[in-house]
Amino acid sequence: MSDIVEKTLTALPGLFLQNQSVGGPAGVKTSFSSRLGGLVRGITALTSKHEEEKLIQQELSNLKATVSAPTTTLRMMRECMVRLIYCEMLGYDASFGYIHAIKLAQQGNLLEKRVGYLAVSLFLHENHELLLLLVNTVVKDLQSTNLVEVCMALTIVSQIFPREMIPAVLPLIEDKLQHSKEIIRRKAVLALYKFHLIAPNQVQHIHIKFRKALCDRDVGVMAASLHIYFRMIKENSSGYKDLTGSFVTILKQVVGGKLPVDFNYHSVPAPWIQIQLLRILGLLGKDDQRTSELMYDVLDESLRRAELNHNVTYAILFECVHTVYSIYPKSELLEKAAKCIGKFVLSPKINLKYLGLKALTYVIQQDPTLALQHQMTIIECLDHPDPIIKRETLELLYRITNAQNITVIVQKMLEYLHQSKEEYIIVNLVGKIAELAEKYAPDNAWFIQTMNAVFSVGGDVMHPDIPNNFMRLLAEGFDDETEDQQLRLYAVQSYLTLLDVENVFYPQKFLQVMSWVDASLSFLDGFVAEELSQGAAPYKPHHQRQEEKLSQEKVLNFEPYGLSFSSSGFTGRQSPAGISLGSDISGNSAETGMKETNSLKLEGIKKLWGKEGYLPKKEGKTGDETEALPVPQESIIMENVDQAVTKKDQCQVLTQSKEEKEKQLLASSLFVGLGSESTINLLGKADTVSHKFRRKPKVKETKSGETTSAHSMTCSYFSSSSNATYEDDYYLDALQDRGDKELNKFSLNSELLDSESLTELPSVEKLSNCKLSSSPSLFTDNNMEGFHPSQSTAPSVAPETSLASSLLEETSEHMHSELVEVCHNETISVSSYKIWKDDCLFIVWSVSNKSGLELKSANLEIAPAENFKITEQPGCCLPVIEAESIKTFQYSVQMEKPFTEGNLSGFINYQMMDTHSVQLEFSVNLSLLDFIRPLKISTENFGKLWLSFANDVKQNVKVSESQATLPSALKTLQQKLRLHVVEIIGNEGLLACQLLPSIPCLLHFRVHGDVLALWFRSSCSALPDYLLYQCQKVMEGS
Amino acid sequence: MQFMLLFSRQGKLRLQKWYVPLSDKEKKKITRELVQTVLARKPKMCSFLEWRDLKIVYKRYASLYFCCAIEDQDNELITLEIIHRYVELLDKYFGSVCELDIIFNFEKAYFILDEFLLGGEVQETSKKNVLKAIEQADLLQENSPSIVLNYCR
Repeated sequence: MSDIVEKTLTALPGLFLQNQSVGGPAGVKTSFSSRLGGLVRGITALTSKHEEEKLIQQELSNLKATVSAPTTTLRMMRECMVRLIYCEMLGYDASFGYIHAIKLAQQGNLLEKRVGYLAVSLFLHENHELLLLLVNTVVKDLQSTNLVEVCMALTIVSQIFPREMIPAVLPLIEDKLQHSKEIIRRKAVLALYKFHLIAPNQVQHIHIKFRKALCDRDVGVMAASLHIYFRMIKENSSGYKDLTGSFVTILKQVVGGKLPVDFNYHSVPAPWIQIQLLRILGLLGKDDQRTSELMYDVLDESLRRAELNHNVTYAILFECVHTVYSIYPKSELLEKAAKCIGKFVLSPKINLKYLGLKALTYVIQQDPTLALQHQMTIIECLDHPDPIIKRETLELLYRITNAQNITVIVQKMLEYLHQSKEEYIIVNLVGKIAELAEKYAPDNAWFIQTMNAVFSVGGDVMHPDIPNNFMRLLAEGFDDETEDQQLRLYAVQSYLTLLDVENVFYPQKFLQVMSWVDASLSFLDGFVAEELSQGAAPYKPHHQRQEEKLSQEKVLNFEPYGLSFSSSGFTGRQSPAGISLGSDISGNSAETGMKETNSLKLEGIKKLWGKEGYLPKKEGKTGDETEALPVPQESIIMENVDQAVTKKDQCQVLTQSKEEKEKQLLASSLFVGLGSESTINLLGKADTVSHKFRRKPKVKETKSGETTSAHSMTCSYFSSSSNATYEDDYYLDALQDRGDKELNKFSLNSELLDSESLTELPSVEKLSNCKLSSSPSLFTDNNMEGFHPSQSTAPSVAPETSLASSLLEETSEHMHSELVEVCHNETISVSSYKIWKDDCLFIVWSVSNKSGLELKSANLEIAPAENFKITEQPGCCLPVIEAESIKTFQYSVQMEKPFTEGNLSGFINYQMMDTHSVQLEFSVNLSLLDFIRPLKISTENFGKLWLSFANDVKQNVKVSESQATLPSALKTLQQKLRLHVVEIIGNEGLLACQLLPSIPCLLHFRVHGDVLALWFRSSCSALPDYLLYQCQKVMEGS
Repeated sequence: MQFMLLFSRQGKLRLQKWYVPLSDKEKKKITRELVQTVLARKPKMCSFLEWRDLKIVYKRYASLYFCCAIEDQDNELITLEIIHRYVELLDKYFGSVCELDIIFNFEKAYFILDEFLLGGEVQETSKKNVLKAIEQADLLQENSPSIVLNYCR
């Protein structure tokens, strides 16, 4: 009985509602008397959480009865649904209503359907099983003649849709791209965007239609398509370079105010569209000079036009700055962008200041002088009351840490760490501190103290790699035995002091570390035993751990350098650059589980500003080695100089307040070693150091000039050969300068290579310049052949003397193949050879007229081929080949799609003595390797690129015994595949190459017995497979 | 955008829109933590917040906090303008909007949001077009079916 009464009561408000005007600006305020209004008011009147819970539970049980009663009309159901949404928002479970939401969307009229769809979108997530029941409704509504129903269906699809049911609606949505109403076209584009996110393969075939959407006459449709393009270009920028012009044109129109005024926002033309376009351009222009050049003008205009002092203008400016620093650099634009950053940093508005710091963090490694310019602001931000400002400042400092400023920076980080409570921040911060400490520790005591702090704060949450790596360092030590002893002794002493303090609890992991280190000390036996009983790892002698490591090698070492601390176990103290990224990963994986696959780890990377804020080369190459020494000699000298300069500074600022002075002092200790001179510092020329923080404007000017040039060099991963040579020589000299001490350390790092071969390793890069005559010897056996693609014949100067003269001049500068005859008859002979230029493949056909007569209308044509772009080079002008002479035809070939083998065919025809025309056909084989060039990048960049690439292929290749050593494997890869050796760490190697014009591919390999473990990664999905195939071929073939 | 939350000064949730699939438990945890963190911030502080691996952009309008979660590479300032544009839309629709309008008509607030942001991306940047879409849908619902059908075809 009471049930029926309840139902009647519940139904009443629904009935009332029918008479109300619902919706529309005028009617909205009248719905206070609704049942929902009653509920809301009821809850607001309550004072305790307990009362609220009681009321809601009561409400829910009423609702449950109502929605399942057969007498409930759809109109009542709609009202119930709104209340259910409300209860869920308050945090109560209303899952019994989900199915009714689907029914409402299915059966209701427009008004009810709308609420039904809304409830579905709020209740369910895309993996919810009930969602499958909605598919039929969506299909029906997509086919409806009622615009509103179509809109609703498209709206729900754009929010949640089961991935496996996409084929059921895809054709319908594709049709909507041609709909006459722009709102339908726009929503259809967004639905396809959603599909692209959850199932990219399913929408691949409609990429052409996206192009139509981009050119849609309606601005909204065009803007919606930008979302798809942003994603697609982010995944594979090389596939959309041809659209650069279009994006630039659109941006020009937007910036120039050509869009309807409706799209203005606070009198700024379409800011959302501007920003999206700027982001797209940033992706397209990255590392690509030609593409970047197309956008310089419009970026300049954007920077110029955004002058209004409004938040939205700053949003555009910020994006502009980001783009300018992402693309191939142009000094004028960089200058303007730097000024912009200055405006942000110096702004009194805190939001802008924060973004200024963020921008600085992004550009700092490209342009360290910018940090010097703003050093006082940075110092102030370090003590800012808002923790987010502080944190961003620390992030900035983290990126400029070096051996000289480490103590100050780590101290600041520790201060922040002690104040932090949030686990995510702690994990992140301890990872960074541990990484910096290991890289740049000035002395043993400092190192141990810092690590103690790290363990005591972060011990419970930190990534296990941190203690593991620390213990490995203690156990294995460095080259200096007394130094090692001192380090261990100091560690033990510090632990004893810590353990003496009463009533202090240390995290489990810290105690494990202590007990492991102190295990040999008998007076700690009791303590150790206790720890062991709690599950601490028992001490294992060094050799035992080594053995275990070897036995676990598959698990431990099959991870990439930098992703795992343990894999760098063979490298001694030197940590590969990737670790800096690894520490962020550690932060995440500690939360989400330790043993994640690599692809999962990628998600955890804190994508601070995207991919390319990278260290200048000096830190990557020379920095690591010197600073790895406990107390590098250079840094002592520099410290002295630093002090001297600080004194000078002090004299100058005598009149300043004490506080100011302190800031100045802090500044000089923080910004030590920044600026372009630091490259030289590390090479031992300490006299230039004094420039570092003397803030005379004159010096600054020259410095910014230098930085720009350094910038343009490092900014491109694919630096031109001349730059590369310069850098290589530089590096080589530096290595030799540093002398034997370094070399010994080097040799420690590798069991396989002797120190001599290591000193010469950098010269490997030279090979890529392909100067055949002067190939420097790489390995002791000195039988270097130079690069050549799959054919095993060594390239050489043309063998046929008669044709020798026909070799082009530039041939001597570049690697080329042998001259091979491709076709001939009694009159002519056609030979061809390839020139592997830095930026393309050149094929030269040389036609020799063997007869004593002149050949007329001689014409050579190459048939268009699917995967190639063939461009005839100017040179052959007259269609006449004189008697007994040679004529050459040159073509440059670019590859458009990766492949393994391809064929280029063509024909030559000519006329003799005005008689008949003769035609001869020929073809030339092309291999992928013809388009592979070494990619000269630093280890840091390698690490960053590695993490940003999604496509990878792993394979173990068995090789013959002679191949199974690092040097010989390296040699093969270098010579036959044109890979650039980035770094060698123990028995692992990092190599990099690019597929012309600019698709990078990275290879990590390690030698283990007679197995070569290869791991390729690239931004292009097909490339790793193809390269692996080539790799297997050369490995097995030799 | 990953999600958007509207909550009152007392910490009561007024609107939630999730653009990433999360379990109810996670949603509750995130909401609780974020509401706490944002309410604890002082008025002169930055409108941005780093939270786990996300950026939180928030702004207070009268008694209501609007709070968006974006990824790190997204533009914080334009996200603030997204919030502002949404408030403008609500204001235009309700006629000087107040918290009560949103509490008692939250489904309308959702409809407006869905015409402005879809799947976490800005769907339509023209204020006029967004309001037109909403009004059209409202109007059609008010009218009799036959008129609706005529209107649509």
